[in-house]
Amino acid sequence: MAPRTLFDKLWDAHLVQAETGDLPAVLYIDLHLVHEVTSPQGFDTLRARGLPVRRADRTLATLDHSTPTTPPDENGERRYYTPQARSQVEQLERNCAEFGVRLEGWDSAQRGIVHVMGPEIGATQPGMTVVCGDSHTATHGAFGALAFGIGTTEVGYVLATQCLMQRKPRSMRITVNGRLGPGVGAKDLILHIIHAIGVGGGTGHVIEYAGEAIEALSMEQRMTVCNMTIEAGARAGMIAPDEKTVEYLRGRPLSPEGRAFDRAAARWMALRSDAGARFDQEVAIDAADIAPTLTWGIDPGMSVPVTATVPAAGSAGVDRALAYMGLEGGKPLLGHPVDIVFVGSCTNGRISDLREAAEVLRDRTVSGGTRMLVVPGSEAVRRQAEAEGLHEVFLAAGAEWREPGCSMCLAMNGDLVPSGQTAVSTSNRNFEGRQGPGARTLLASPLTAAACAVAGKVIDPRGLTGATPREAA
Amino acid sequence: MDAFTTLTGRVLVLPEKNIDTDQIIPARFLTATSFDGIGEGAFADWRFDAEGNPLDGCVLNEPRAADSPVLVAGHNFGCGSSREHAPRALLGFGFRVVISSEIADIFRSNSQNVGLLPVVLPEEQHLALMAMDGEELTVNLEACEVRTSTGERYPFEIDGFARHCLLEGMDRLDFLLSQEQHITNYEEHHERQDSAAAG
Repeated sequence: MAPRTLFDKLWDAHLVQAETGDLPAVLYIDLHLVHEVTSPQGFDTLRARGLPVRRADRTLATLDHSTPTTPPDENGERRYYTPQARSQVEQLERNCAEFGVRLEGWDSAQRGIVHVMGPEIGATQPGMTVVCGDSHTATHGAFGALAFGIGTTEVGYVLATQCLMQRKPRSMRITVNGRLGPGVGAKDLILHIIHAIGVGGGTGHVIEYAGEAIEALSMEQRMTVCNMTIEAGARAGMIAPDEKTVEYLRGRPLSPEGRAFDRAAARWMALRSDAGARFDQEVAIDAADIAPTLTWGIDPGMSVPVTATVPAAGSAGVDRALAYMGLEGGKPLLGHPVDIVFVGSCTNGRISDLREAAEVLRDRTVSGGTRMLVVPGSEAVRRQAEAEGLHEVFLAAGAEWREPGCSMCLAMNGDLVPSGQTAVSTSNRNFEGRQGPGARTLLASPLTAAACAVAGKVIDPRGLTGATPREAA
Repeated sequence: MDAFTTLTGRVLVLPEKNIDTDQIIPARFLTATSFDGIGEGAFADWRFDAEGNPLDGCVLNEPRAADSPVLVAGHNFGCGSSREHAPRALLGFGFRVVISSEIADIFRSNSQNVGLLPVVLPEEQHLALMAMDGEELTVNLEACEVRTSTGERYPFEIDGFARHCLLEGMDRLDFLLSQEQHITNYEEHHERQDSAAAG
């Protein structure tokens, strides 16, 4: 057999029917993750057709997008932003009860952002196909899974048949050579990659990340990289499983146990692209070229190294972005005032992200004019952070410590950036209005975000943490 | 969903590149549990100010917008979130076709699933259509071509099954349900393998 890519192997292993000229492939889905925003009409399809959920045991639901991150009021009532938000959450509770789907709901100690929770409880495993009505499903590719976002009609298809009809995408390998410098993390890396290949650069492709810098990343950092694959237009990003993957999964609630785990681990370790496997596109990135990176514009490809100037005005896209962001072309981003700092989301709401931010804030305070919100990605992240006293570091610094959820990443739940204000955010999208109508978003790593919170303006985090820039420029 | 065969109608051009699904339908419109009325939120922050007053200068607020079923948009249309609310909002607003030089993957498949025809054309032809704001076009899915009022014909490619579903106005659920025996066979085969490996 010709050498195959990891993606080829995952694709082939999930073919219920291979594609033909006339028909797309019928692809089997191992794990269907569900949340309240994109699922109600999918369940309605079942009801209208009198169908059950075909594999409730392969379906896992949580509440994350519309949920308040403030504690319940004195009567124990959840403080939903709108009555619709409440009814959407209650609809998922009813749907899961009616169709026998496991819901990590309000009473669950595992509830969290779907892409934080899935890996955390061991639901996501190497070799799986994973879908969710959510574009950041790409996150799960960090485990060597084929994971991608789908629309609500397709949510209905997967609920009903556990399958999707798909044409096979092309493949791209992004090899990141060398090692990331001090103060430079997974978020900087993926922002750099998106800038390099463009926000549509991955369209029609599945990306495999490889190379020394990728291998050196922790599982949580790999999730950050795969998470934002969709921001380069590719539905799925993946990284071959290795010892770190196996160790991460050992002992998770849904991981296999004992000898079964060892056998599974042996299978997982074999999941990698064969030597000589051909990719439709190859991209090489030099890790040493990457600095702490922030977006300055209105899509995730519009980013610059923290010490660089934003692009000069003169093209329609740049002019629109500068005007929306209230920035002057050709000027440095350093020193730009910051009103809000948000640490959280499926991109950077994991325990390592919170530790990174807390390290900066320890014995420091958030600047007087700046509001900082720290939102753990899940109940488990919250518990771990509180066990380590990170919440006390945040609170002592003057930041807000919230309950888990998507929160200010997409501002559905009332956590929003007021119009005209600038937020440094560890989330994934800086689209116009993403964090609230008129909100101005600078995407950055947790390290950079925390440093900017202390300074009240954009600064190079390497100055604050003692990590020296690689180049003395 | 409604079938799409052929349509002649006016073009509305949104020349911006990388129009994301947060622009097409902001997240605050996603809390409903049905898609009814979703068109009212289409491009809400482009069309209205914070008080809900229509913004002057937004082409989507011109009377002709309601009677322009063909949206011609800048490169990489529909990037970002997988929300199916986006193509549904465009349908609700009155569009039936979206034409660009690149359309984001998830948005494209969502559009096909809900009856909005996504058409990708080469850059040069896309550019020509971008200059035809307000003019009439014919989009023929049976012939897979776009025809301008001056008689230019631009053929386009679309997956055969997606085309069939759009032409018939049918979703894919019946086909998937017809695969039941294959799906069961797949499950039995793989679950036997898994349990053998686990044993």
